[in-house]
Amino acid sequence: MNKRALVRTLVSAAVLASFSGAAFAQQTVKIGLLATLEGPFAAGGADGMRGAELAVKQHNGMAGGKKIEIIKASSDAKPDVAVNATRKLVEQDKVDIMVGPLSGGEGVAVKDYSKTQPNITFINGSSGAQATTLVNTSPNFFRFNTEGAQWMVGLGKAALDKGYKRVMIIAEDYAFPYSQVQGFMAEYCRLGGKVPVKAWVPLGGKDYASVIARIPKDVDALVVVLGGADAVNFLNQYEAAGGDKPLIGGSITVSQDILNYKGKRRDSLVGTIAGSPIADAYDAPEFKAFVADYQKNYPVSAGGYPSPSLFALVYYINMKAALDALDAVNGDLSGGQAKYREALQKMTLKTPTGDVKLDSNRQAIGSTFVTEVVKDPQGNLYNKVLRKVDGIDQMLGMKKEDFKIGSRDEPNCP
Amino acid sequence: MNAGAGRLAMGKVAAAPRQEARPRTFDNPVRLRHAAVLGALLVFPWVASPFVTFQIGAQSLALGLIALSLTFLGGYGGMISLAQMTVAGIAGYMVGILGTSGTAEVSLGWPWWLVVTLALAIATLAGTFIGWLSVRTEGIYTIMITLAVGVAFYYLCLQNYSVFNGFQGFQQVHPPKLFGVNWRDPLPFYYLVLFWSLAGYGFIKYLLRAPFGVALQGIRDNPRRMNALGFRVTAHRVAAYAVAGFIAAVGGVLLVWYNGLITPNSAGTSWLINILIIAVLGGMRHPIGPFIGAIVFVLLQTFAIDLIDRERFNLVIGGVFLAIVLFSPDGLLGLWAALKARFTSRSGSSTPGGGNK
Repeated sequence: MNKRALVRTLVSAAVLASFSGAAFAQQTVKIGLLATLEGPFAAGGADGMRGAELAVKQHNGMAGGKKIEIIKASSDAKPDVAVNATRKLVEQDKVDIMVGPLSGGEGVAVKDYSKTQPNITFINGSSGAQATTLVNTSPNFFRFNTEGAQWMVGLGKAALDKGYKRVMIIAEDYAFPYSQVQGFMAEYCRLGGKVPVKAWVPLGGKDYASVIARIPKDVDALVVVLGGADAVNFLNQYEAAGGDKPLIGGSITVSQDILNYKGKRRDSLVGTIAGSPIADAYDAPEFKAFVADYQKNYPVSAGGYPSPSLFALVYYINMKAALDALDAVNGDLSGGQAKYREALQKMTLKTPTGDVKLDSNRQAIGSTFVTEVVKDPQGNLYNKVLRKVDGIDQMLGMKKEDFKIGSRDEPNCP
Repeated sequence: MNAGAGRLAMGKVAAAPRQEARPRTFDNPVRLRHAAVLGALLVFPWVASPFVTFQIGAQSLALGLIALSLTFLGGYGGMISLAQMTVAGIAGYMVGILGTSGTAEVSLGWPWWLVVTLALAIATLAGTFIGWLSVRTEGIYTIMITLAVGVAFYYLCLQNYSVFNGFQGFQQVHPPKLFGVNWRDPLPFYYLVLFWSLAGYGFIKYLLRAPFGVALQGIRDNPRRMNALGFRVTAHRVAAYAVAGFIAAVGGVLLVWYNGLITPNSAGTSWLINILIIAVLGGMRHPIGPFIGAIVFVLLQTFAIDLIDRERFNLVIGGVFLAIVLFSPDGLLGLWAALKARFTSRSGSSTPGGGNK
């Protein structure tokens, strides 16, 4: 009996010991890549990974004279899962640079974690919460994509140009739609538009009857900031209730789900304007080259999308920033990556949608699009580029002391 | 009766009713096993990296503690409650609401000792209340009603902004810095969780041999007969929920400190079921089961993506769970008992009594 217990102890000790990881020096740079391969954004996360991989492929797997090794991890859009996955990449797999995560709540949590790892540089994936780079900022967290509020800049003016003087907001009740609504309203209210009613609905809600009943007669349009399935549900019920107001969409509202909508009101979708950091129909040569490269590497038969999604573009941009900066410092990550971070801070990043620079909070100053739904000769709906707005910063044109992060009641212009 | 429950090494239980003469030295294999495991647990963080200590060690123990409350209810009380993670979530939310967090508008910022006391008290009360609601039901109906309570709490957190801060929940919920120690550093936090896990384990082992625990197991096996013998079946069951609620509450406080944040998803449906998976995976016939289950669960969650690349790693996780439950209805503990029985019978010695429930 004694002998068996002893063997058991030895075995368990050996198992425990084998888990303790060992660090080793190398001529490769390890980059951790985190996206959601599970949960509600699984398809978007997979496309984000494609975008990041594309950036590595375009660098031929090398940056700053060193081989790039990508180590992937997955979360399910929950902040605690994202931090666990990030911690594994940083502390167990010993990555030098971290790229991710995908969604807003995850971004805030990973940013908080990055403060405990001052020797690792964190670059955002596609998370777009405003607070990440405004509240309790982290000196080693960089974001080369614009966020939810910046994406909506230009839309307020476009709405007024269309003659919508009063609008009602219908949006999901969490941080990302707050940001989107703020991005729209900051400009819309400043130029004289009025927003008498805001309806905040739960994420994944199925029943919009009470919201539809609250739509005032005297508004000219509805600003609908709902995600894919929620937007289709809303549209179905609004049509059944006999609604006929034109729509203004958020960045993830007028997706392919909506454009494939088969209801009777399909034609009324024509003319819907929206703000977005990506526009399929954008015809600048850099963007066309990016789309062609994506299509070549990830044809639809291999699981790619017909055209790269927002997630693919944004992950591509952030991974490209990580690699370009490595090139700029010749792979020098010494001294707590000080030179590398300086290069990141100072670089002007060439992206498919225009140049991006960072502000003092390490947040992107970049471009966004105002799009409009139009019908092509075959009767298919697609998003046309109405306008491209450049040089948008996180203050949305306000002074730093006037700026408040978007919430249910901020901004307000009834 | 449970075979494992009859063998104890905790000193204070030595006077328990069973009168087998047991030597108080390490000749006793159970005692030796306990000492070996305890030694390994204490030495573990000095051998393993901080990552393994914190993410594998501390997380497994915290989840194991919550699953222990379910093992106690399910394995010894015959009541499968899916709401144990809800109780843990209530405790976690209370720490965020009453204590300090990144959301200063909602959090009250009270001192930590008051916060923890209140969080444990409120969550234990909630656990008792859930028990009071569900004890009159049996089997699948208990599962249904506790699942309903769990989902209701999830939606309450998701849609209430004034108290629970909606979808975003609370960030930066950290343990206090006490006695000059940052309790969120891997080493101190591991020992903190280890202490409470051992306390929970010891407490349950003690309780199972105390009159209350024996009566509870009697009620599990034949409630009518226990009633006829003069035991108040309902009161015993509610009390079992209270005990389980307290254990889950301790686990919930530790878990929110581990994650540093709490959102509605922390007590969402997937986590309600994960706790059941952990308990079943380890085996419900001994209080060590949930901890073993939690270690396997956390290891798979963390490392499955390294075994099989790309988008298919959830297949590994699901496959392992399926295999364990399929080949051993009693979880990993059942597997162990079956192997042991096979080896001892081969070597010709007497078969131990493990395996019967």
